[in-house]
Amino acid sequence: MSKPYLSLEQIDMVFSRGGTSTQVLSQVSLTVEKGEFISIIGHSGCGKSTLLNIVAGLTEATRGVVFLEGNVVDAPGPDRAVVFQNHSLLPWLTVYENVKLAVDKVFSVTKSKAERHEWTMRNLELVQMIHAKDKRPSEVSGGMKQRVGIARALAMEPKVLLLDEPFGALDALTRAHLQDQVMQIHAELANTVLMITHDVDEAVLLSDRIVMMTNGPSAKIGEILDVRLVRPRRRIELASDATYIRCRSAVLKFLYERHRLVEAA
Amino acid sequence: MTASPVRINSKAQSQTQAKVLTLVTPKMSVAPRPFLQWLYAVAGHIVPPLVTLVFLLVLWEVICSSPTASVPPPSRVVSETWELIAHPFYVGQGVDQGLFWHVLASLKRVALGYCLAAIAGIALGTLVGQSEWAMRGLDPIFQVLRTVPPLAWLPLSLAAFKDGNPSAIFVIFITAIWPIIINTAVGIRNIPQDYQNVARVLRLNQFEYFTKIMVPAAAPYIFTGLRIGIGLSWLAIVAAEMLIGGVGIGFFIWDAWNSSRISDIILALIYVGVVGYLLDRTIAFVANTVTRNTASA
Repeated sequence: MSKPYLSLEQIDMVFSRGGTSTQVLSQVSLTVEKGEFISIIGHSGCGKSTLLNIVAGLTEATRGVVFLEGNVVDAPGPDRAVVFQNHSLLPWLTVYENVKLAVDKVFSVTKSKAERHEWTMRNLELVQMIHAKDKRPSEVSGGMKQRVGIARALAMEPKVLLLDEPFGALDALTRAHLQDQVMQIHAELANTVLMITHDVDEAVLLSDRIVMMTNGPSAKIGEILDVRLVRPRRRIELASDATYIRCRSAVLKFLYERHRLVEAA
Repeated sequence: MTASPVRINSKAQSQTQAKVLTLVTPKMSVAPRPFLQWLYAVAGHIVPPLVTLVFLLVLWEVICSSPTASVPPPSRVVSETWELIAHPFYVGQGVDQGLFWHVLASLKRVALGYCLAAIAGIALGTLVGQSEWAMRGLDPIFQVLRTVPPLAWLPLSLAAFKDGNPSAIFVIFITAIWPIIINTAVGIRNIPQDYQNVARVLRLNQFEYFTKIMVPAAAPYIFTGLRIGIGLSWLAIVAAEMLIGGVGIGFFIWDAWNSSRISDIILALIYVGVVGYLLDRTIAFVANTVTRNTASA
Protein backbone atom coordinates (compact mmCIF):
# COMPACT_ATOMS: atom_id res chain seq x y z
CA MET A 1 0.00 0.00 0.00
CA SER A 2 1.36 3.39 -0.96
CA LYS A 3 1.91 6.04 1.65
CA PRO A 4 -0.96 8.54 2.06
CA TYR A 5 -0.40 12.04 0.73
CA LEU A 6 -1.36 13.80 3.94
CA SER A 7 -1.87 11.99 7.18
CA LEU A 8 -2.74 13.10 10.68
CA GLU A 9 -1.77 10.54 13.27
CA GLN A 10 -3.17 10.39 16.77
CA ILE A 11 -3.37 14.14 17.24
CA ASP A 12 -3.98 15.26 20.80
CA MET A 13 -4.22 18.90 21.73
CA VAL A 14 -4.22 20.13 25.28
CA PHE A 15 -4.34 23.81 26.12
CA SER A 16 -2.96 24.68 29.51
CA ARG A 17 -3.58 27.97 31.14
CA GLY A 18 -2.50 28.50 34.70
CA GLY A 19 -3.24 25.33 36.61
CA THR A 20 -6.11 24.10 34.44
CA SER A 21 -5.72 22.28 31.18
CA THR A 22 -8.37 21.57 28.59
CA GLN A 23 -8.12 18.75 26.15
CA VAL A 24 -9.41 20.10 22.86
CA LEU A 25 -8.64 17.28 20.46
CA SER A 26 -8.26 13.66 21.25
CA GLN A 27 -6.84 10.94 19.05
CA VAL A 28 -7.61 12.55 15.72
CA SER A 29 -6.33 10.43 12.83
CA LEU A 30 -7.06 11.11 9.21
CA THR A 31 -5.52 10.29 5.86
CA VAL A 32 -6.06 12.39 2.78
CA GLU A 33 -5.29 11.37 -0.79
CA LYS A 34 -3.84 13.72 -3.33
CA GLY A 35 -6.50 15.81 -5.04
CA GLU A 36 -9.14 15.09 -2.44
CA PHE A 37 -11.48 17.77 -1.14
CA ILE A 38 -12.13 17.18 2.54
CA SER A 39 -14.46 19.17 4.75
CA ILE A 40 -14.25 19.18 8.50
CA ILE A 41 -17.56 20.04 10.08
CA GLY A 42 -18.61 20.41 13.67
CA HIS A 43 -20.22 22.75 16.14
CA SER A 44 -18.27 25.80 17.20
CA GLY A 45 -15.76 25.06 19.91
CA CYS A 46 -15.09 21.52 18.70
CA GLY A 47 -11.52 22.38 17.87
CA LYS A 48 -11.78 22.17 14.12
CA SER A 49 -9.90 25.41 13.63
CA THR A 50 -7.24 24.14 16.02
CA LEU A 51 -6.94 21.03 13.89
CA LEU A 52 -6.44 23.14 10.78
CA ASN A 53 -3.83 25.25 12.55
CA ILE A 54 -1.98 22.08 13.50
CA VAL A 55 -1.91 20.96 9.87
CA ALA A 56 -0.80 24.46 8.89
CA GLY A 57 1.95 24.26 11.49
CA LEU A 58 0.76 27.43 13.20
CA THR A 59 -0.08 25.46 16.33
CA GLU A 60 1.97 22.59 17.66
CA ALA A 61 0.04 19.48 18.63
CA THR A 62 0.54 18.21 22.16
CA ARG A 63 0.88 14.65 20.90
CA GLY A 64 0.73 13.13 17.47
CA VAL A 65 2.25 13.89 14.10
CA VAL A 66 1.19 15.32 10.76
CA PHE A 67 2.91 13.88 7.70
CA LEU A 68 2.82 15.54 4.31
CA GLU A 69 4.33 13.42 1.55
CA GLY A 70 6.21 11.47 4.18
CA ASN A 71 7.71 14.56 5.87
CA VAL A 72 6.82 15.64 9.39
CA VAL A 73 5.04 19.00 9.58
CA ASP A 74 6.58 21.05 12.36
CA ALA A 75 6.41 24.64 11.12
CA PRO A 76 4.17 26.76 8.90
CA GLY A 77 5.11 26.96 5.26
CA PRO A 78 3.81 27.88 1.84
CA ASP A 79 3.26 24.22 0.93
CA ARG A 80 0.25 24.40 3.28
CA ALA A 81 -1.22 27.75 2.32
CA VAL A 82 -4.06 28.95 4.49
CA VAL A 83 -7.09 30.99 3.49
CA PHE A 84 -8.05 32.63 6.75
CA GLN A 85 -11.61 33.25 7.78
CA ASN A 86 -11.16 37.01 7.90
CA HIS A 87 -9.09 37.13 4.71
CA SER A 88 -5.98 38.56 6.48
CA LEU A 89 -4.97 40.72 3.58
CA LEU A 90 -2.40 43.36 4.42
CA PRO A 91 -4.35 46.63 4.26
CA TRP A 92 -1.39 48.74 3.15
CA LEU A 93 -0.83 46.68 0.03
CA THR A 94 -3.00 46.61 -3.08
CA VAL A 95 -4.78 43.45 -4.19
CA TYR A 96 -1.98 42.80 -6.65
CA GLU A 97 0.76 43.47 -4.09
CA ASN A 98 -0.85 41.14 -1.57
CA VAL A 99 -0.64 38.23 -4.00
CA LYS A 100 2.73 39.38 -5.31
CA LEU A 101 4.20 39.35 -1.80
CA ALA A 102 3.49 35.62 -1.60
CA VAL A 103 4.66 34.95 -5.15
CA ASP A 104 7.89 36.90 -4.64
CA LYS A 105 8.64 35.02 -1.46
CA VAL A 106 7.81 31.52 -2.64
CA PHE A 107 9.32 31.76 -6.12
CA SER A 108 12.18 34.14 -5.36
CA VAL A 109 14.68 31.69 -6.83
CA THR A 110 12.72 29.56 -9.25
CA LYS A 111 10.93 32.28 -11.23
CA SER A 112 12.22 35.42 -12.94
CA LYS A 113 10.73 38.83 -12.20
CA ALA A 114 8.58 38.73 -15.33
CA GLU A 115 7.42 35.21 -14.57
CA ARG A 116 6.46 36.22 -11.05
CA HIS A 117 4.36 39.09 -12.40
CA GLU A 118 2.81 36.69 -14.89
CA TRP A 119 2.03 34.17 -12.16
CA THR A 120 0.49 36.83 -9.91
CA MET A 121 -1.78 37.96 -12.72
CA ARG A 122 -2.63 34.36 -13.60
CA ASN A 123 -3.85 33.70 -10.06
CA LEU A 124 -5.79 36.95 -9.88
CA GLU A 125 -7.41 35.94 -13.12
CA LEU A 126 -8.32 32.59 -11.66
CA VAL A 127 -10.44 34.33 -9.02
CA GLN A 128 -11.55 37.05 -11.44
CA MET A 129 -9.95 39.91 -9.59
CA ILE A 130 -7.86 41.45 -12.37
CA HIS A 131 -10.21 44.41 -12.61
CA ALA A 132 -9.52 45.44 -9.01
CA LYS A 133 -5.85 44.61 -8.85
CA ASP A 134 -4.76 48.12 -7.92
CA LYS A 135 -7.37 48.62 -5.22
CA ARG A 136 -6.65 48.32 -1.53
CA PRO A 137 -8.45 45.65 0.47
CA SER A 138 -10.53 48.34 2.19
CA GLU A 139 -11.90 49.38 -1.19
CA VAL A 140 -13.28 46.01 -2.25
CA SER A 141 -16.17 43.94 -0.90
CA GLY A 142 -15.89 41.09 1.58
CA GLY A 143 -16.34 38.47 -1.12
CA MET A 144 -13.62 40.06 -3.22
CA LYS A 145 -11.24 40.14 -0.26
CA GLN A 146 -11.81 36.45 0.26
CA ARG A 147 -11.16 35.80 -3.43
CA VAL A 148 -7.86 37.65 -3.15
CA GLY A 149 -7.08 35.53 -0.09
CA ILE A 150 -7.75 32.43 -2.17
CA ALA A 151 -5.61 33.78 -5.02
CA ARG A 152 -2.77 34.45 -2.60
CA ALA A 153 -2.99 30.91 -1.22
CA LEU A 154 -3.24 29.32 -4.67
CA ALA A 155 -0.30 31.39 -5.90
CA MET A 156 1.94 29.58 -3.43
CA GLU A 157 1.18 26.34 -5.28
CA PRO A 158 0.51 24.58 -2.01
CA LYS A 159 0.52 20.81 -1.66
CA VAL A 160 -2.52 21.21 0.54
CA LEU A 161 -4.83 24.20 0.50
CA LEU A 162 -6.24 24.90 3.94
CA LEU A 163 -9.50 26.83 4.10
CA ASP A 164 -10.54 28.06 7.53
CA GLU A 165 -14.27 28.78 7.24
CA PRO A 166 -13.47 30.79 4.15
CA PHE A 167 -17.02 31.88 3.42
CA GLY A 168 -18.29 32.16 6.98
CA ALA A 169 -18.37 35.95 7.03
CA LEU A 170 -20.10 36.35 3.67
CA ASP A 171 -23.73 36.72 2.70
CA ALA A 172 -25.48 33.70 1.21
CA LEU A 173 -25.39 34.80 -2.44
CA THR A 174 -21.72 35.78 -2.40
CA ARG A 175 -20.99 32.54 -0.60
CA ALA A 176 -22.70 30.45 -3.29
CA HIS A 177 -20.81 32.30 -5.97
CA LEU A 178 -17.48 31.71 -4.26
CA GLN A 179 -18.28 28.05 -3.65
CA ASP A 180 -18.83 27.63 -7.38
CA GLN A 181 -15.54 29.33 -8.05
CA VAL A 182 -13.70 27.13 -5.59
CA MET A 183 -15.25 24.03 -7.21
CA GLN A 184 -14.17 25.24 -10.61
CA ILE A 185 -10.62 25.94 -9.42
CA HIS A 186 -10.51 22.54 -7.78
CA ALA A 187 -11.63 20.91 -11.02
CA GLU A 188 -9.00 22.83 -12.93
CA LEU A 189 -6.01 22.45 -10.63
CA ALA A 190 -6.97 19.25 -8.79
CA ASN A 191 -5.46 20.54 -5.57
CA THR A 192 -5.80 18.82 -2.25
CA VAL A 193 -8.08 20.85 -0.03
CA LEU A 194 -8.88 20.72 3.66
CA MET A 195 -11.77 22.99 4.52
CA ILE A 196 -13.26 23.90 7.87
CA THR A 197 -16.94 24.73 7.74
CA HIS A 198 -20.09 24.81 9.78
CA ASP A 199 -22.34 24.90 6.74
CA VAL A 200 -23.85 21.50 5.89
CA ASP A 201 -24.77 22.36 2.30
CA GLU A 202 -21.35 23.76 1.64
CA ALA A 203 -19.71 20.62 2.97
CA VAL A 204 -21.86 18.27 0.87
CA LEU A 205 -21.59 20.38 -2.25
CA LEU A 206 -17.82 20.75 -2.24
CA SER A 207 -16.38 17.69 -0.58
CA ASP A 208 -15.33 14.22 -1.52
CA ARG A 209 -15.42 13.30 2.14
CA ILE A 210 -16.92 15.02 5.14
CA VAL A 211 -15.19 14.62 8.49
CA MET A 212 -17.65 15.13 11.32
CA MET A 213 -16.26 16.14 14.67
CA THR A 214 -17.89 15.37 18.01
CA ASN A 215 -18.36 18.16 20.50
CA GLY A 216 -15.50 19.35 22.65
CA PRO A 217 -13.84 19.12 25.03
CA SER A 218 -11.83 16.17 23.82
CA ALA A 219 -13.37 16.36 20.39
CA LYS A 220 -12.62 13.49 18.06
CA ILE A 221 -13.65 12.37 14.63
CA GLY A 222 -17.16 11.03 15.02
CA GLU A 223 -17.77 9.85 11.52
CA ILE A 224 -16.44 10.22 8.00
CA LEU A 225 -18.96 10.43 5.19
CA ASP A 226 -18.14 9.68 1.57
CA VAL A 227 -19.94 12.01 -0.79
CA ARG A 228 -20.33 9.96 -3.95
CA LEU A 229 -21.54 12.68 -6.27
CA VAL A 230 -20.09 13.05 -9.72
CA ARG A 231 -18.29 16.21 -10.63
CA PRO A 232 -18.89 18.74 -11.95
CA ARG A 233 -21.64 19.35 -9.46
CA ARG A 234 -24.38 21.89 -10.02
CA ARG A 235 -26.17 23.17 -6.99
CA ILE A 236 -29.56 23.44 -8.68
CA GLU A 237 -29.56 19.88 -9.95
CA LEU A 238 -28.24 18.58 -6.67
CA ALA A 239 -31.12 20.04 -4.71
CA SER A 240 -33.28 17.14 -5.85
CA ASP A 241 -30.52 14.53 -6.13
CA ALA A 242 -31.12 11.46 -3.95
CA THR A 243 -27.46 11.02 -2.97
CA TYR A 244 -27.17 14.69 -2.10
CA ILE A 245 -30.24 14.59 0.07
CA ARG A 246 -29.06 11.42 1.78
CA CYS A 247 -25.63 12.89 2.53
CA ARG A 248 -27.12 16.12 3.71
CA SER A 249 -29.48 14.43 6.11
CA ALA A 250 -26.69 12.16 7.35
CA VAL A 251 -24.63 15.20 8.32
CA LEU A 252 -27.63 16.96 9.80
CA LYS A 253 -28.50 13.90 11.86
CA PHE A 254 -24.96 13.67 13.14
CA LEU A 255 -24.85 17.32 14.11
CA TYR A 256 -28.31 17.82 15.49
CA GLU A 257 -29.38 14.42 16.80
CA ARG A 258 -26.40 12.50 17.99
CA HIS A 259 -24.05 15.36 18.80
CA ARG A 260 -26.26 18.25 19.62
CA LEU A 261 -24.47 21.25 20.98
CA VAL A 262 -25.27 21.37 24.67
CA GLU A 263 -25.74 24.96 25.70
CA ALA A 264 -23.32 25.92 28.39
CA ALA A 265 -25.24 26.92 31.48
CA MET B 1 -72.86 79.99 -5.70
CA THR B 2 -71.32 78.38 -2.74
CA ALA B 3 -70.19 75.33 -4.62
CA SER B 4 -68.33 77.08 -7.42
CA PRO B 5 -65.70 78.97 -5.38
CA VAL B 6 -64.84 75.76 -3.61
CA ARG B 7 -64.37 74.02 -6.93
CA ILE B 8 -62.31 76.87 -8.33
CA ASN B 9 -60.34 77.03 -5.18
CA SER B 10 -59.44 73.36 -5.26
CA LYS B 11 -58.55 73.63 -8.92
CA ALA B 12 -56.33 76.62 -8.25
CA GLN B 13 -54.72 74.77 -5.41
CA SER B 14 -53.90 71.74 -7.51
CA GLN B 15 -52.54 74.04 -10.20
CA THR B 16 -50.36 75.82 -7.72
CA GLN B 17 -49.09 72.54 -6.40
CA ALA B 18 -48.19 71.40 -9.90
CA LYS B 19 -46.48 74.72 -10.53
CA VAL B 20 -44.47 74.53 -7.35
CA LEU B 21 -43.33 71.05 -8.17
CA THR B 22 -42.14 71.96 -11.66
CA LEU B 23 -40.30 74.95 -10.26
CA VAL B 24 -38.68 73.16 -7.35
CA THR B 25 -37.53 69.99 -9.09
CA PRO B 26 -35.15 71.61 -11.60
CA LYS B 27 -33.75 73.82 -8.87
CA MET B 28 -32.85 70.74 -6.84
CA SER B 29 -31.40 68.87 -9.79
CA VAL B 30 -29.13 71.73 -10.86
CA ALA B 31 -25.71 71.10 -9.35
CA PRO B 32 -24.77 73.83 -6.86
CA ARG B 33 -21.98 75.98 -8.18
CA PRO B 34 -18.77 74.48 -6.85
CA PHE B 35 -17.06 77.78 -6.21
CA LEU B 36 -19.87 79.10 -4.04
CA GLN B 37 -20.02 75.82 -2.19
CA TRP B 38 -16.29 75.94 -1.61
CA LEU B 39 -16.49 79.52 -0.42
CA TYR B 40 -19.26 78.57 1.95
CA ALA B 41 -17.25 75.67 3.35
CA VAL B 42 -14.17 77.84 3.85
CA ALA B 43 -16.17 80.59 5.49
CA GLY B 44 -17.71 78.02 7.79
CA HIS B 45 -14.27 77.10 9.04
CA ILE B 46 -12.74 80.55 9.17
CA VAL B 47 -15.49 82.75 10.48
CA PRO B 48 -16.09 81.06 13.89
CA PRO B 49 -12.46 81.19 15.08
CA LEU B 50 -12.18 84.73 13.73
CA VAL B 51 -15.21 85.79 15.72
CA THR B 52 -13.78 84.16 18.85
CA LEU B 53 -10.43 85.85 18.31
CA VAL B 54 -11.94 89.29 17.84
CA PHE B 55 -14.12 88.78 20.90
CA LEU B 56 -11.13 87.79 23.05
CA LEU B 57 -9.02 90.71 21.80
CA VAL B 58 -11.78 93.17 22.55
CA LEU B 59 -12.28 91.65 25.99
CA TRP B 60 -8.54 91.86 26.66
CA GLU B 61 -8.42 95.46 25.42
CA VAL B 62 -11.28 96.41 27.72
CA ILE B 63 -9.93 94.65 30.80
CA CYS B 64 -6.37 95.99 30.43
CA SER B 65 -7.25 99.45 29.15
CA SER B 66 -6.66 101.23 32.48
CA PRO B 67 -3.22 102.89 32.63
CA THR B 68 -2.42 101.07 35.86
CA ALA B 69 -3.00 97.60 34.42
CA SER B 70 0.00 95.30 34.90
CA VAL B 71 -0.56 93.60 31.53
CA PRO B 72 -0.67 95.80 28.42
CA PRO B 73 -3.74 95.70 26.15
CA PRO B 74 -3.30 94.37 22.62
CA SER B 75 -3.08 97.82 21.09
CA ARG B 76 -0.14 98.70 23.32
CA VAL B 77 1.48 95.30 22.67
CA VAL B 78 1.44 95.97 18.96
CA SER B 79 2.74 99.53 19.27
CA GLU B 80 5.49 98.59 21.73
CA THR B 81 6.67 95.56 19.75
CA TRP B 82 6.27 97.04 16.32
CA GLU B 83 10.04 96.96 15.81
CA LEU B 84 10.07 93.20 16.49
CA ILE B 85 7.01 92.50 14.37
CA ALA B 86 8.29 94.50 11.42
CA HIS B 87 11.85 93.16 11.47
CA PRO B 88 11.84 89.46 12.30
CA PHE B 89 15.06 88.95 10.32
CA TYR B 90 17.02 91.68 12.12
CA VAL B 91 20.62 90.70 12.86
CA GLY B 92 22.34 92.40 15.78
CA GLN B 93 24.97 91.75 18.41
CA GLY B 94 24.83 88.66 20.69
CA VAL B 95 21.32 87.86 21.77
CA ASP B 96 19.96 91.00 20.11
CA GLN B 97 18.44 89.23 17.11
CA GLY B 98 15.17 89.28 15.23
CA LEU B 99 12.49 86.89 16.46
CA PHE B 100 12.92 84.65 13.42
CA TRP B 101 16.49 83.86 14.47
CA HIS B 102 15.43 83.12 18.03
CA VAL B 103 12.77 80.74 16.82
CA LEU B 104 15.18 79.17 14.34
CA ALA B 105 17.77 78.58 17.06
CA SER B 106 15.13 76.86 19.19
CA LEU B 107 13.90 74.84 16.23
CA LYS B 108 17.42 73.64 15.48
CA ARG B 109 17.81 72.35 19.04
CA VAL B 110 14.40 70.70 18.88
CA ALA B 111 15.12 69.17 15.49
CA LEU B 112 18.35 67.59 16.66
CA GLY B 113 17.04 66.34 20.00
CA TYR B 114 13.79 65.17 18.48
CA CYS B 115 15.40 63.27 15.60
CA LEU B 116 17.71 61.49 18.02
CA ALA B 117 14.70 60.68 20.19
CA ALA B 118 12.76 59.38 17.19
CA ILE B 119 15.57 57.07 16.11
CA ALA B 120 16.36 55.78 19.58
CA GLY B 121 12.69 55.69 20.58
CA ILE B 122 11.55 53.62 17.63
CA ALA B 123 14.50 51.25 18.04
CA LEU B 124 13.90 50.77 21.77
CA GLY B 125 10.15 50.57 21.26
CA THR B 126 10.63 47.84 18.68
CA LEU B 127 12.84 45.92 21.08
CA VAL B 128 10.37 46.25 23.94
CA GLY B 129 7.40 45.48 21.71
CA GLN B 130 8.92 42.36 20.27
CA SER B 131 10.75 40.76 23.12
CA GLU B 132 8.95 39.68 26.23
CA TRP B 133 12.20 39.76 28.19
CA ALA B 134 13.22 43.19 26.97
CA MET B 135 9.83 44.43 28.05
CA ARG B 136 10.11 42.92 31.50
CA GLY B 137 13.59 44.31 31.89
CA LEU B 138 13.11 47.78 30.47
CA ASP B 139 9.47 48.70 30.92
CA PRO B 140 9.59 49.40 34.69
CA ILE B 141 12.61 51.65 34.19
CA PHE B 142 10.87 53.50 31.37
CA GLN B 143 7.74 53.91 33.43
CA VAL B 144 9.72 55.54 36.27
CA LEU B 145 11.97 57.70 34.10
CA ARG B 146 9.17 59.03 31.93
CA THR B 147 7.54 60.72 34.91
CA VAL B 148 10.65 62.84 35.58
CA PRO B 149 9.81 66.41 34.49
CA PRO B 150 11.96 67.58 31.56
CA LEU B 151 13.62 70.41 33.44
CA ALA B 152 14.73 68.10 36.23
CA TRP B 153 17.14 66.57 33.73
CA LEU B 154 18.75 69.92 32.98
CA PRO B 155 21.13 70.25 35.94
CA LEU B 156 22.30 66.68 35.44
CA SER B 157 22.90 67.18 31.74
CA LEU B 158 24.67 70.50 32.41
CA ALA B 159 26.94 68.63 34.77
CA ALA B 160 27.55 65.95 32.17
CA PHE B 161 27.98 68.10 29.05
CA LYS B 162 29.36 71.23 30.74
CA ASP B 163 27.70 73.34 28.05
CA GLY B 164 24.26 74.82 27.54
CA ASN B 165 23.49 73.80 23.99
CA PRO B 166 24.04 70.02 24.20
CA SER B 167 22.25 70.05 27.54
CA ALA B 168 19.19 71.64 25.98
CA ILE B 169 19.30 69.09 23.17
CA PHE B 170 19.56 66.31 25.70
CA VAL B 171 16.54 67.64 27.57
CA ILE B 172 14.56 67.58 24.31
CA PHE B 173 15.76 64.06 23.62
CA ILE B 174 14.82 62.72 27.02
CA THR B 175 11.44 64.47 26.93
CA ALA B 176 10.39 63.28 23.50
CA ILE B 177 11.67 59.72 23.71
CA TRP B 178 9.17 58.22 26.20
CA PRO B 179 5.95 58.59 24.22
CA ILE B 180 7.80 57.37 21.11
CA ILE B 181 9.09 54.27 22.89
CA ILE B 182 5.80 53.45 24.54
CA ASN B 183 3.64 53.97 21.45
CA THR B 184 6.00 52.03 19.20
CA ALA B 185 6.02 49.15 21.66
CA VAL B 186 2.22 49.14 21.88
CA GLY B 187 1.95 49.27 18.10
CA ILE B 188 4.25 46.33 17.66
CA ARG B 189 2.61 44.30 20.40
CA ASN B 190 -0.75 44.95 18.74
CA ILE B 191 0.14 43.63 15.30
CA PRO B 192 -2.85 41.40 14.56
CA GLN B 193 -2.25 37.68 14.88
CA ASP B 194 -3.56 37.35 11.32
CA TYR B 195 -0.67 39.32 9.86
CA GLN B 196 1.77 37.31 11.94
CA ASN B 197 0.21 34.10 10.63
CA VAL B 198 0.53 35.34 7.06
CA ALA B 199 4.19 36.07 7.72
CA ARG B 200 4.68 32.61 9.24
CA VAL B 201 2.97 30.78 6.38
CA LEU B 202 5.10 32.73 3.90
CA ARG B 203 8.19 32.09 6.04
CA LEU B 204 9.24 35.73 5.95
CA ASN B 205 12.64 36.19 7.56
CA GLN B 206 13.29 38.70 10.33
CA PHE B 207 14.21 41.50 7.97
CA GLU B 208 11.26 40.92 5.64
CA TYR B 209 8.94 40.71 8.61
CA PHE B 210 10.29 43.99 9.93
CA THR B 211 9.93 45.93 6.68
CA LYS B 212 6.83 44.32 5.21
CA ILE B 213 4.66 43.66 8.24
CA MET B 214 5.94 45.29 11.38
CA VAL B 215 6.68 48.83 10.22
CA PRO B 216 3.50 49.34 8.19
CA ALA B 217 1.33 47.68 10.82
CA ALA B 218 2.76 49.71 13.68
CA ALA B 219 3.08 52.97 11.72
CA PRO B 220 -0.13 54.58 13.05
CA TYR B 221 0.99 53.98 16.64
CA ILE B 222 4.53 55.13 15.95
CA PHE B 223 3.22 58.37 14.49
CA THR B 224 1.00 58.94 17.49
CA GLY B 225 4.14 58.72 19.61
CA LEU B 226 6.03 61.02 17.30
CA ARG B 227 3.24 63.56 17.44
CA ILE B 228 3.09 63.58 21.23
CA GLY B 229 6.88 63.76 21.23
CA ILE B 230 7.10 66.88 19.08
CA GLY B 231 4.58 68.66 21.30
CA LEU B 232 6.52 67.80 24.43
CA SER B 233 9.80 68.84 22.79
CA TRP B 234 8.46 72.27 22.05
CA LEU B 235 7.13 72.57 25.59
CA ALA B 236 10.50 71.63 27.02
CA ILE B 237 12.71 73.77 24.80
CA VAL B 238 11.21 77.05 25.97
CA ALA B 239 11.74 76.13 29.59
CA ALA B 240 15.23 74.78 29.01
CA GLU B 241 16.34 77.82 27.07
CA MET B 242 15.22 80.13 29.85
CA LEU B 243 17.87 78.50 31.99
CA ILE B 244 20.71 77.99 29.53
CA GLY B 245 20.65 81.43 27.86
CA GLY B 246 21.95 82.31 24.40
CA VAL B 247 19.88 82.80 21.29
CA GLY B 248 16.51 81.08 21.45
CA ILE B 249 12.88 81.93 21.97
CA GLY B 250 12.97 80.68 25.57
CA PHE B 251 15.82 82.94 26.55
CA PHE B 252 14.20 85.80 24.66
CA ILE B 253 11.18 85.50 26.94
CA TRP B 254 13.34 85.33 30.06
CA ASP B 255 15.39 88.30 28.90
CA ALA B 256 12.23 90.27 28.20
CA TRP B 257 10.97 89.50 31.69
CA ASN B 258 14.22 90.65 33.24
CA SER B 259 13.95 93.92 31.37
CA SER B 260 10.21 94.22 32.13
CA ARG B 261 9.26 94.20 28.45
CA ILE B 262 5.89 92.54 28.97
CA SER B 263 4.73 93.30 25.42
CA ASP B 264 7.73 91.39 24.05
CA ILE B 265 6.81 88.41 26.17
CA ILE B 266 3.27 88.41 24.78
CA LEU B 267 4.53 88.61 21.22
CA ALA B 268 6.98 85.76 21.88
CA LEU B 269 4.17 83.64 23.33
CA ILE B 270 2.20 84.09 20.13
CA TYR B 271 5.26 82.99 18.16
CA VAL B 272 5.73 79.95 20.39
CA GLY B 273 2.11 78.99 20.04
CA VAL B 274 2.01 79.34 16.28
CA VAL B 275 5.27 77.45 15.78
CA GLY B 276 4.14 74.67 18.11
CA TYR B 277 0.91 74.40 16.18
CA LEU B 278 2.77 74.24 12.88
CA LEU B 279 5.10 71.54 14.21
CA ASP B 280 2.13 69.44 15.29
CA ARG B 281 0.38 69.91 11.96
CA THR B 282 3.54 68.97 10.09
CA ILE B 283 3.90 65.66 11.92
CA ALA B 284 0.17 65.03 11.55
CA PHE B 285 0.44 65.67 7.83
CA VAL B 286 3.39 63.31 7.44
CA ALA B 287 1.53 60.71 9.48
CA ASN B 288 -1.56 61.02 7.32
CA THR B 289 0.44 60.74 4.14
CA VAL B 290 2.43 57.75 5.29
CA THR B 291 -0.30 55.80 7.06
CA ARG B 292 -3.12 56.64 4.68
CA ASN B 293 -3.35 53.05 3.57
CA THR B 294 -2.76 51.20 6.78
CA ALA B 295 -6.23 51.53 8.21
CA SER B 296 -7.43 47.98 8.64
CA ALA B 297 -9.59 46.70 5.84
